[in-house]
Amino acid sequence: MNTIVQVNELRKTYGETVAIDEVSFEVREGEIFGMLGPNGAGKTTTIECLEGLRKPDRGTLRVLGVDPQRESHILRERTGIQLQQSNLPDRMKVWEALDLYASFYPKTTDWEELLVQLGLEEKRNTPFAKLSGGQKQRLFIALALLPDPQLVFLDELTTGLDPQARHAIWDLVRDVRARGKTVFLTTHFMEEAERLCDRVAILDHGRIVALDTPTALIHGLDAEERVIFNVDGPLPASFAKALPDAVRLEVEATRVIIHGKNDREIPLVSEVVNLLTGQGVAFHDLRTEQPTLEDVFLSLTGHQIRE
Amino acid sequence: MKSLLKMTWMEAKLFLREPASAFFTLVFPLIYLFMYGMISGNEPTPMYDGQRALDVAIPSLTAVIIAMAGLMSNTMTMATYREKGILRRLQTTPVSPLIVLVAQVIVIFAMTSLGMLLLIAAGKLVYQVNFAGNVFSMLIGFVLSSLSFFGIGFILAGIMPTVRSAWVVAMVLLYPMLFLSGAFFSIEILPTAVQKVSAFMPLTYVVNLLRGLWAGEPWANHLLDVGVLVGMLLVGVIISAKTFRWE
Repeated sequence: MNTIVQVNELRKTYGETVAIDEVSFEVREGEIFGMLGPNGAGKTTTIECLEGLRKPDRGTLRVLGVDPQRESHILRERTGIQLQQSNLPDRMKVWEALDLYASFYPKTTDWEELLVQLGLEEKRNTPFAKLSGGQKQRLFIALALLPDPQLVFLDELTTGLDPQARHAIWDLVRDVRARGKTVFLTTHFMEEAERLCDRVAILDHGRIVALDTPTALIHGLDAEERVIFNVDGPLPASFAKALPDAVRLEVEATRVIIHGKNDREIPLVSEVVNLLTGQGVAFHDLRTEQPTLEDVFLSLTGHQIRE
Repeated sequence: MKSLLKMTWMEAKLFLREPASAFFTLVFPLIYLFMYGMISGNEPTPMYDGQRALDVAIPSLTAVIIAMAGLMSNTMTMATYREKGILRRLQTTPVSPLIVLVAQVIVIFAMTSLGMLLLIAAGKLVYQVNFAGNVFSMLIGFVLSSLSFFGIGFILAGIMPTVRSAWVVAMVLLYPMLFLSGAFFSIEILPTAVQKVSAFMPLTYVVNLLRGLWAGEPWANHLLDVGVLVGMLLVGVIISAKTFRWE
């Protein structure tokens, strides 16, 4: 698989502050690559160095095979960029923005089609200032897709959006990947990284502390999963005895929580349900809790992502 | 080229959608003209060497439009574009910063010209103002005055950190200039000490040049004005280019 972005020992400081240090990674063609970390971890610095908007102090960068600083003109035509903070003039209408930006590139996709695909057709005559947060983000995605880029940069795409708008944006990003484009995104939402990204680099204090698929990161954690249910009467003693040794049982009145490692051969939940039905114990409201990237982050950095 | 045309057309539309900038360049000077008409009447006045106050009003108010367009519209547009990240968004595209600046100059210049044309049309139709000069000379004087003034706006937008501070400095420069340059009333009626201050007002040279050309005076009488304005133009272009920042 082709490498689209290659970063070797990237370092960038602002005065005394080291924003990123010894950051190395690769992004492969056709994947959604996420950079996850709390605010100030160095995500935006990294993405802006890749976009050619900032000059790194050290390290080698290759984006689509070129140096983002020296050959920025090549990148500008072949990448689509959504910035964390940017705006259009308040009174510029949606269609005017697309029409204007289309004139900047030698070759573009049909922006009328983008309007439809991004659900902005009804808003084509709406001035930028009158758009909702989600609509503005969709317009910025449309502008990023306009040059039909090989690589799309999305910086904190869904920050400030309500959950519904966020889910709609996720679907759009998956569509972008489905069109064969590579996506590089930053986020501080665990759920976003977990559900959207093919691979995630976890960044903390300017360094990558882990890099893998979300599933592998979670499995590598060696964390526990939980099966939780309610029983009508008391839990028979025979049930506790029959549980495997590696499993911990917690009972609070009628509520039962069973903790177990998530690397078992038979899933914990089927073992528990088999036991319950085998012993004729009546139960309801059964659910399971899996470890998440939140747990991965906590165990790697020793702190929560949002402080 | 395609980008420049689109950008210029877009900026022109945005200019006309902004009520304040459209008002100050297109409507406000007309209101002033009619006020002059009501106050001074149609008789020649010794204050203007036998010209009517209204004849002098056209080039003077043209100078006012130039000052407002350069210092208010230009400063505000560029400072706002930078502060809100509009320039930053443009920076991610292949478009050159030169196109952004040139489109802005074209639009502000076109709007200033439109303001002047409205003034002349109103002056001719309502007051039959007298134009004694040469159209071609007047045009060159107008272009020189405009471009040298727009530079001030670009420089302010380039060096001031925020929209607010750029606006404050623009106003501090604009108001004394409007009153002490002779744009609104002849500086001869002011105390001598104040008249000396007017020599430091760039707008004074615009007023002198445009008024002279309007009255049909030869260029030779206005070499100082031309010199100052050409100097401002050069400084403006160099410093605007040097202080241009995307963010």
